[in-house]
Amino acid sequence: MTAKSDLPQGTLDLLILKVAALGPVHGYAIAQRLQQVSRDVVQVPQGSLYPALHRLEFRGLLAADWKETGTGREAKFYRLTRKGRAQLETEAASWQRLTEAVALILTLSAEGAQ
Amino acid sequence: MIWWQRARMLAPRRRNRMEEQLEKEMRFHLDQHTADLIAQGHGPGEARRQARLALGGPEQVKENCRDARGTRWLENLWQDFRYAARTLRQRPAFTAVGAFTLALGIGASTAIFSAVNPILFETLPYPHAGRIMMIWDTFQGSRSDVTFHTYRELAARNHTFDAMAVMEAWQPTLISRPGAAQPERFEGQSVSASYLRVLGVAPALGRDFQQADDRFKGPRVTILSDALWRRRFGGDSAIIGKRITLDDDLYTVIGVMPKGFENVLAPSAEIWAPLQYDAGNITNYESQEWGHHLHMVGRLRPGVTAEQARGELHAIALAKTPDFPRPPWAALKYGLIVNSLQPEITRGVKPLLLAVLGAVMLVLLIASVNVTNLLLARGAQRSGEFSMRAALGAGRPRLIRQLLTESILLATLGGALGMVVAELGVDALVALSPAGLPRVGAIAVNGSVFAFAFGISALVGMAVGLVPALNASRVDLAAGVQQASRRTAGGRQFTRRALVVSEVAFAIVLLVGAGLLFRSLARLVAVAPGFDAAHLLTMQVQYNGHRYDADAARHRFIGRALEAVRQVPGVAAAAFTSLLPFSGEQNGVYGAQFEDGRAYDVFRYVATPDYCRTMGIALRRGRLLDEHDTAAAPPAVLISESLARSQFSGQDPIGRRVHVGPMNGPWYTVVGVVHDVKQGSLADSEAHAVYMTPAQSWYADDVMSLVVRARDDVTALAPAVKNAIWSVDKDQPIVRVATMDTLLGASESQRRFAMIVFEAFALVALLLAATGIYGVLSGHVTERMREIGVRSALGASRADILGMVVRQGMTLTALGVAIGLIGAAAASRALVTLLFGVSRLDPATYIGVIALLAGVSAIACGVPAWRAARVDPAITLRAE
Repeated sequence: MTAKSDLPQGTLDLLILKVAALGPVHGYAIAQRLQQVSRDVVQVPQGSLYPALHRLEFRGLLAADWKETGTGREAKFYRLTRKGRAQLETEAASWQRLTEAVALILTLSAEGAQ
Repeated sequence: MIWWQRARMLAPRRRNRMEEQLEKEMRFHLDQHTADLIAQGHGPGEARRQARLALGGPEQVKENCRDARGTRWLENLWQDFRYAARTLRQRPAFTAVGAFTLALGIGASTAIFSAVNPILFETLPYPHAGRIMMIWDTFQGSRSDVTFHTYRELAARNHTFDAMAVMEAWQPTLISRPGAAQPERFEGQSVSASYLRVLGVAPALGRDFQQADDRFKGPRVTILSDALWRRRFGGDSAIIGKRITLDDDLYTVIGVMPKGFENVLAPSAEIWAPLQYDAGNITNYESQEWGHHLHMVGRLRPGVTAEQARGELHAIALAKTPDFPRPPWAALKYGLIVNSLQPEITRGVKPLLLAVLGAVMLVLLIASVNVTNLLLARGAQRSGEFSMRAALGAGRPRLIRQLLTESILLATLGGALGMVVAELGVDALVALSPAGLPRVGAIAVNGSVFAFAFGISALVGMAVGLVPALNASRVDLAAGVQQASRRTAGGRQFTRRALVVSEVAFAIVLLVGAGLLFRSLARLVAVAPGFDAAHLLTMQVQYNGHRYDADAARHRFIGRALEAVRQVPGVAAAAFTSLLPFSGEQNGVYGAQFEDGRAYDVFRYVATPDYCRTMGIALRRGRLLDEHDTAAAPPAVLISESLARSQFSGQDPIGRRVHVGPMNGPWYTVVGVVHDVKQGSLADSEAHAVYMTPAQSWYADDVMSLVVRARDDVTALAPAVKNAIWSVDKDQPIVRVATMDTLLGASESQRRFAMIVFEAFALVALLLAATGIYGVLSGHVTERMREIGVRSALGASRADILGMVVRQGMTLTALGVAIGLIGAAAASRALVTLLFGVSRLDPATYIGVIALLAGVSAIACGVPAWRAARVDPAITLRAE
């Protein structure tokens, strides 16, 4: 995985799981959605996206089916499994805790400096 | 179905479907992205280019996706395996040389392992074998057999042992039918009732000995080995309760041991009877119950350590009680030696086996180094291939794995061939094995040996592949594809040279070992045994049955047998002796005390008057014994020169008196001094001995050896001599018929064995090292063709170029020799117990080895050097 990611380690998996939780979606659409929703802040390195998808599929967090898209082409659609949903919940919760904690520390230290 | 078959069936189909889907998924992504970019107003060509750039190299992404899936390794393994097999097949010569070299190393080490494993490493075939201890009395710091009363005292007073037992050899004669053709003597053991319980083995048929069996004048009962039971009694289970005749007595068979029972304390024993010593009358110090002739073993209680048991027995030894009086020779003043059974039975052969094990590890190392060098050379030739594979997306780990698969496959091939070598080697080892090697029966190519061979093949495969794989995978893409990787070739050359130096060093260590052993044996064979060993026939005769209970009957038999033997044509002289040099007999040592109270351990030879003349033992002073030294005559002895020197140091010993054996015996007058004789081995330094006639001995031995000096052919004489003895008593068992030359050879079998093994290994090492030097130099010459061409174009003569290449090879050799000599000097410590008359730093050996190696490596350098000298500058320069 040579492409550089600006995302913190492990965040890509969490984001993929979140997007997949909204309904079956193919790889390209995941990349598009992540970019749109984050207002282009998150640049998904496409070279890392597919290995991540395959890894999540192999670990049983995602399941994949080949389905027709709106344009009539066959694409590989990923959806969240039960195991994936549980993983998403715990990871999202811990991300929440972490960011809150980090934010808290940042404000505290700003006050302490005064 | 085993894994590779399944892999073979499933892997290609699954991989194809997966590959298709991966391809399709990537294509879909690119198409969508391109379509979006076109919709945003880019031109079609530009849109496709941008989409590709955003995704990155499709092969790279695919490879990463494959890696993300866990099943990859199996597919890869299969792929690597097929690829490796194909590569090896394409180069049959390389594969054959590599596999054969490894087969030598793996085969030799597997063979040695299969011999050493049951002896040194496997636990003995008894339940909780670690709890079985051997217990010795001590005499002058070394091990001595225990007396029966010592055993009784220890058994009664200890609290750390579950059971203790004592045993001694018992050699009964079985006559199946009265007057049957040839009597058969068995090797057996008289044992205390608890012997088999200490080992933890019970008879398969019938019952074990009980306390009631093992009492003075108790019932005559016996237990048979499975082999004896099948051989002599047809495996009939109705044997239990039947009676058989042993030495004229009827014994009831009470048990048959299980088939696999291995009796490590007396491997040849086939029959057991209770010891039945007299436990009463403890103060009769002259009785056999106070003689040091019993081996003792004990089984520790669960949870008791050897240290605790040792401590307890030591305390008992030092604290006498009134219940157990002790004579001075069994006073236990110096404590006891208590040690686990396994190290005790392997004590004599451990240095030998470890030395041989070390030697074979060196052979394996050298073989591995050689193959490593082969692979390095091969890697150099394949650098183009590796660059190509790297360019096509193979990561470095992937390349390394591929190369390791190749080397492991090569080693596996070598291992499979090695098993053939091992099978042959094990047969040869068992055939060559020195007398007294314990557990020879357990030496076989079995499961653990296979596991060892497999493990060592895998290990060697990894080891020999690692350096070449790291080296080859360090590819410089552009340079490699252009086939001109000078820098990496240089690095490879350094590794290869270092490997050759190590090979030479290992070979030196082995050669020095072989040389030292060879010179030891040469020194040893040159040692005079103290008698004339040529044309001597020997055999052992045992008194059989109650007709020989009286000493007089034994003496009568000896006299008549000698008369009969002397009638045999071709017999020059004949004599009987209680103790025969080089026969391996252990029990002939007695105490001898002179009038001034000084005492010695001496070999006691009870021999008929003609003995010294028959053996050719030279008389130094006084007279030999003769037919006048009868029971009625004053007791007379001959003593050996060394005993005369130790006791009388220059004074005349003739006429002095000495006690031999029990102190209440008669004084023997020294009438003569004879030349020293080696008793157990040519390496022996102990030669204190006394000789007396049977008529004047205080007891008549059960077993006598006959020595016959032949006029010429000694082996042809054996049947006639045996018949002569049987003409006196046809029931007399005759065993161990051998010429003295054979006995002499057998007595040095440990050293001879070590020497043969070391010489074989050293030879292999020398050849491998030579091919190693040759390989590196010729590879070097090939790579430097151009340079050599330039040099000779610039005026270098053939001699210059020849000298340059040879100098390079000899530098490597010299470095290896220097390192090897240091290693050899250190490693020779392991051989010290096997050496004789040669220092482990013997300069002649070291110089000889250096000369030999220098000579061989000069030849190995010469061939490539000659090739280099013949380089035509015009051709090489044009070729580039």
